Amino acid sequence: MAVKTLTIDGRLVSAMEGQTVLEAAQEAGIHIPTLCHLDGVSDLGACRMCLVELGNSPKLQPACVLKVAEGMEVRTNSDRLRKYRKMIVELLLSERNHVCSVCVSNGHCELQDMAVELGVDHSRFDYIYPVERVDITHQRFGVDHNRCILCGRCVRVCDEVEGAHTWDMAGRGAKSFVITDMNQPWGDSTSCTSCGKCVQACPTGAIFQKGATVGEMQKDRTRLEFIVTAREKKQWIG
Amino acid sequence: MSRQIIIDPVTRIEGHAKVSIYLDDSGEVNSARFHVTEFRGFEKFCEGRTLWEMAGITARICGICPVSHLLASAKTGDKALAVSIPPAAEKLRRLMNLGQFTQSHALSFFHLSSPDMILGFDSDPATRNVFGLIAADPELARKGIRLRQWGQEIIELLGAKKVHPAWAVPGGVRQSLTEESREQIRSRIPESLATAREALGICKRMRERYPAESESFGDFPSLYMGLVGANGEWEHYSGSLRVVDHLGYRVADGLSEDNYKDFVGEASENWSYLKFPYFKPLGYPGGIYRVGPLARLNVCDRIGTPLADRELQEYREMLSGAVANNSFLYHHARMIEIIAAIEGIERLLEDDDVCSHHLRAEAGINRLDVVGVSEAPRGTLFHHYHLDEDGKVLSANLIIATGQNNLAINRTVEQIAKRFVKGPDIAEGMLNRVEAGIRAFDPCLSCSTHAAGRMPLSVELVASDGEVLRTITRD
Repeated sequence: MAVKTLTIDGRLVSAMEGQTVLEAAQEAGIHIPTLCHLDGVSDLGACRMCLVELGNSPKLQPACVLKVAEGMEVRTNSDRLRKYRKMIVELLLSERNHVCSVCVSNGHCELQDMAVELGVDHSRFDYIYPVERVDITHQRFGVDHNRCILCGRCVRVCDEVEGAHTWDMAGRGAKSFVITDMNQPWGDSTSCTSCGKCVQACPTGAIFQKGATVGEMQKDRTRLEFIVTAREKKQWIG
Repeated sequence: MSRQIIIDPVTRIEGHAKVSIYLDDSGEVNSARFHVTEFRGFEKFCEGRTLWEMAGITARICGICPVSHLLASAKTGDKALAVSIPPAAEKLRRLMNLGQFTQSHALSFFHLSSPDMILGFDSDPATRNVFGLIAADPELARKGIRLRQWGQEIIELLGAKKVHPAWAVPGGVRQSLTEESREQIRSRIPESLATAREALGICKRMRERYPAESESFGDFPSLYMGLVGANGEWEHYSGSLRVVDHLGYRVADGLSEDNYKDFVGEASENWSYLKFPYFKPLGYPGGIYRVGPLARLNVCDRIGTPLADRELQEYREMLSGAVANNSFLYHHARMIEIIAAIEGIERLLEDDDVCSHHLRAEAGINRLDVVGVSEAPRGTLFHHYHLDEDGKVLSANLIIATGQNNLAINRTVEQIAKRFVKGPDIAEGMLNRVEAGIRAFDPCLSCSTHAAGRMPLSVELVASDGEVLRTITRD
């Protein structure tokens, strides 16, 4: 495969053809904030946190689905990008009911970390306070739609790693929501293998282990990495 | 022409309230009311949440006594799981509650009420607060602040946070003490005990220094309710409920929180957001009862630790009857309870279970209609949850200590107003006495922490036609 050379934040970086700008940046040690990206599953550019500036183009591009190209000039950390990223987090916070103080993921939450990283100390937007469901019909796990940011990681990890495709997305726009099977209670799902990959993949406290109390839900991504690495390197094929 | 005096907001209490004093045509106090002016709606927004979150959510009701809600909720959760929690977990919960009693009672006395008692009810309101106390008696203030800090340290060492530790959970607790933290707590017991005894000494002298106040600060017969242990001893965590009357006769004993609706009714009035619980068999408002330190010492046979028992005996000898019917004595009772708490902490720390790692029983949802009870520093606290079979809260009812004192606080306010307020020239000190009467109950109205006593107070004299005749404001 051909090697492409591009510039990220003024640094010359080489990457393999077919890699994304996000991958190239990560390999070069350049940090681009992400929320919907999860190592080992496909990217879909849902959260727009990884937007970058490209050459002289006025259009911003999501680094997670942008393929590298020869001579590309990428800027990852301009005032404009920081402003938009901050706004995205504020919009996410106002869109549903994120109450960190009583959340199972308080202190271990990617959305919370992102808010801290970007200096979101308040939201400029009015909170919508939607009435969202909490589904704890599953024997071991629960989903609280109040805390869901619609990143779709659960959908992808369930489909692409576990192969169950229990999760999917229903609805449109801000009214989208994740569903199990045909929008049935999770406890009634016949496809769910109770593997817990969605719990580990979820960046917030939206999907959690039942019985977890405030701040107790620490997601362990190394389990997913272990499976993904083994699959990529065909470690389990004799 | 009848007039109305409004004290709004009432200061040096936790939360927001106002007092209206209604004068008749001759300027004499006709009646007085204590209004709680904020609405929070916790019971409503607990609906739809999971049982396991309830301790964390309800703890947020209060910044002074989050531990009380944490424990009441965790105990309610234990019942939903239908488990008997590990012995170490119960001991640790007791330890945290005693730490909570210590810090909350110290706050009530040193930060909120002692400025009245030590500096005087008529002293300059600008300095009649904890800062004034620091200026007048820095050593005492320092000791008081350190006593509270020690109580909070116990909470922090167990729950990782001084305020709102998410530590007690359905089935047990999340972590125990390390050997180092156990020693850290133990090392300051002598100092804490000495401070508590000094404060108790101040309380004992108050009746002589303020005879008029001590007679009129809520001196009336009522019932008293509190938890007692299996042998009638002072209790703050488990046991059963006992109700005694103003002569000390047991009106009810061995009551279980499970049946609280049989003996606690909740009335509401259109002039206050705080409900008016009453002892159901005697109806409303005849079933007026008090909870908290005064009530706990009235209902128990003994405390069960040597120093506190000695003080309880002396306290009872001082009383004119079998039980204390005067809300001014809340302060005295509170200081005896701090001593009981410190002795209790000392005793618990001797048990190696406080460092155990077997702390949590796990189970699914086994009961759907559950009630938990514990003693908060301010009195008996009930949590009642209806759950669906997955553990989601369908409805919640929380009966808070201050609510149960609501009828008594109202009567106290009226009694003090009638004794001290003479219109139309209202001295600030008169109104401060009304507030001090409320403070005796250490009310926790919404449980926000206005601990420094720096909220402004404005008093309005309002004529019956609504015209404001006079406004007194202090900052």
